[in-house]
Amino acid sequence: MAKLESTFKNMFLSLFTICLVVAVLLAQVNKITAKPIAEAKAKKLENAIREVVPPFDNNPVAEAYKIPDGAGDSLTVYPAKKGDELVGFAITSYSNNAFGGNIQIIVGFDTNNRIVNYSVLSHAETPGLGAKVVQWFKDPSKPNRCIIGRDLSKEKLSVSKDGGNVDAITASTITSRAFLEAVNKAYAAYTHTIVGDAASGATTAGEDAVSGATTENDEDIASDTMINENNKTTEEENHAE
Amino acid sequence: MRNNIKILINGIVKENPTFVLLLGMCPTLATSSSALNGMSMGLATLFVLTCSNLAISSLKNLIPDMVRIPAYIVVIATFVTIVEMVMNAYLPALADSLGIFIPLIVVNCIVLGRAEAFASKNKVVSSVFDGLGIGIGFTLALTILGALREFLGTGKIFSMTVYPENYGSLIFVLAPGAFIVLGYLIAIFNKLQKKTN
Amino acid sequence: MEIIGIIIVAVFVNNIVFSQFLGICPFLGVSKKIDTAIGMSAAVTFVITLSTLVTYLIQKGILENFGLEYLQTITFILVIAALVQMVEIIMKKISPPLYQALGVYLPLITTNCIILGVAILVIQKDFNLLESIVYAISTAIGYSMALIIFSSIREQLALTKVPKAMQGVPIALLTAGILAMAFMGFSGIDQVFK
Repeated sequence: MAKLESTFKNMFLSLFTICLVVAVLLAQVNKITAKPIAEAKAKKLENAIREVVPPFDNNPVAEAYKIPDGAGDSLTVYPAKKGDELVGFAITSYSNNAFGGNIQIIVGFDTNNRIVNYSVLSHAETPGLGAKVVQWFKDPSKPNRCIIGRDLSKEKLSVSKDGGNVDAITASTITSRAFLEAVNKAYAAYTHTIVGDAASGATTAGEDAVSGATTENDEDIASDTMINENNKTTEEENHAE
Repeated sequence: MRNNIKILINGIVKENPTFVLLLGMCPTLATSSSALNGMSMGLATLFVLTCSNLAISSLKNLIPDMVRIPAYIVVIATFVTIVEMVMNAYLPALADSLGIFIPLIVVNCIVLGRAEAFASKNKVVSSVFDGLGIGIGFTLALTILGALREFLGTGKIFSMTVYPENYGSLIFVLAPGAFIVLGYLIAIFNKLQKKTN
Repeated sequence: MEIIGIIIVAVFVNNIVFSQFLGICPFLGVSKKIDTAIGMSAAVTFVITLSTLVTYLIQKGILENFGLEYLQTITFILVIAALVQMVEIIMKKISPPLYQALGVYLPLITTNCIILGVAILVIQKDFNLLESIVYAISTAIGYSMALIIFSSIREQLALTKVPKAMQGVPIALLTAGILAMAFMGFSGIDQVFK
């Protein structure tokens, strides 16, 4: 069979048919893969949260809400619960002052304001130098640089060069500063919301953007923190005796 | 069949897209930072190449000459989009590391080049073998390049440590390393080819 | 200040060729002489700006409104191919001398990964329309810079003695590698503008 002649009619028909078939085919594939793609995205986020907070059995992504970060943008808080009790929360944060620009982290706190773990979600740092931020501040055998377990209600993190209490990555002070800025920012935004304007501060992210749910979250967390503080004082009293 | 096997081997050696035809440099340099990345990119391109060669060869008599380039582009773009969607759904970590280079397969000169040079002029079965051959050649080139860069840069191959990472030269995993290793590989390939001629 | 940051990063720090690996094919093919390099740069700058503008509008106006994001790749490449064809036709009619100067490179540009790459990148980076255009132009400037520097070096290289196996593409790649190393020195320079 010889090739079709390049008449206008042939060209148009040929291209049109191809495009039609293609559109139908792609729409089908899209239908099949849309759900797995969304699930994969959600799983990625859930795995990231799982890495940084104590074990939980709720769905932090569904119960996530946003808080203002004081610079016009907002951070997302993912509460982790076991049963109905809050065991910790993960907050996504960022800094634009890293060496390569933007760095995004997720940091997990327990209910005693201590850092459980952190994960760097994205960065543009130099491999071998600033890129070490992914592991540097997690090493428990190096307490001078490890921020795990530090209580942020007692100290704000800063690099030793600035008179602080955290050893920066060798030859990557800028990256270290930006990283700690992000961690501090997360904590500050969170506690500001709880202590300060709990009612007006937070908005719920996700499907259930009902104002009732918002206030409920804040009250839950506020009361949980207070319960913990009461527990703490009781413990201290017991020890004193 | 003998002829088809010849076509297949041709794509791997004599007309290896990376070392001989010098096509598809962008994804070659960008995704070869590790053996696994290189191999995955190669396999994704192999899939697109074979499918598009198959489709275009089957349709070659139904596509008027003047609109053949846009028609080929649409067909190729379709398979690329399918690869994109499937990877995002079932291999998300890999899709993340290959990043923007998955959709860029559509402008990979190899795919359009082969469609124009081979598939539009040959039978369906031969075109499939050609797509497979070139695709395998590409995958081999990328895997070798990726393995070399990973080995020299981090001491690992396919994430298996061969020597401690501290002794690796980081530059090989970065941009300059890609250019340099590829340059030497092509030079070596040239030398070997001259020797066998 | 943000805009200046985008420009500096796009031209120097994340140079499209030496850092992002886009536009290599024509880079190796067209960079043998400075004149051809300049011609290609001009053509690329023109097409990249126009196509980023159009694809951005299509993405925001049509694809996102109808939930058709999965058609991004196929729509973008068709738009780019059509644009290049149109530009060629218009240029031929309006300015034959310009067409003579750039004409040969125009069809090559369609398969230049830079054009499609930048179109997709501005969507991924969530830029607004102005930022996208600035980014596109800066990327083109970075590309032109890389291309012109590279071709000047290659013109010199053609006069020197190079081992047989290294001649042509291998030595060009090594040169590009050294240039890429030099460009790495620009890392962090945008901090100055903060």
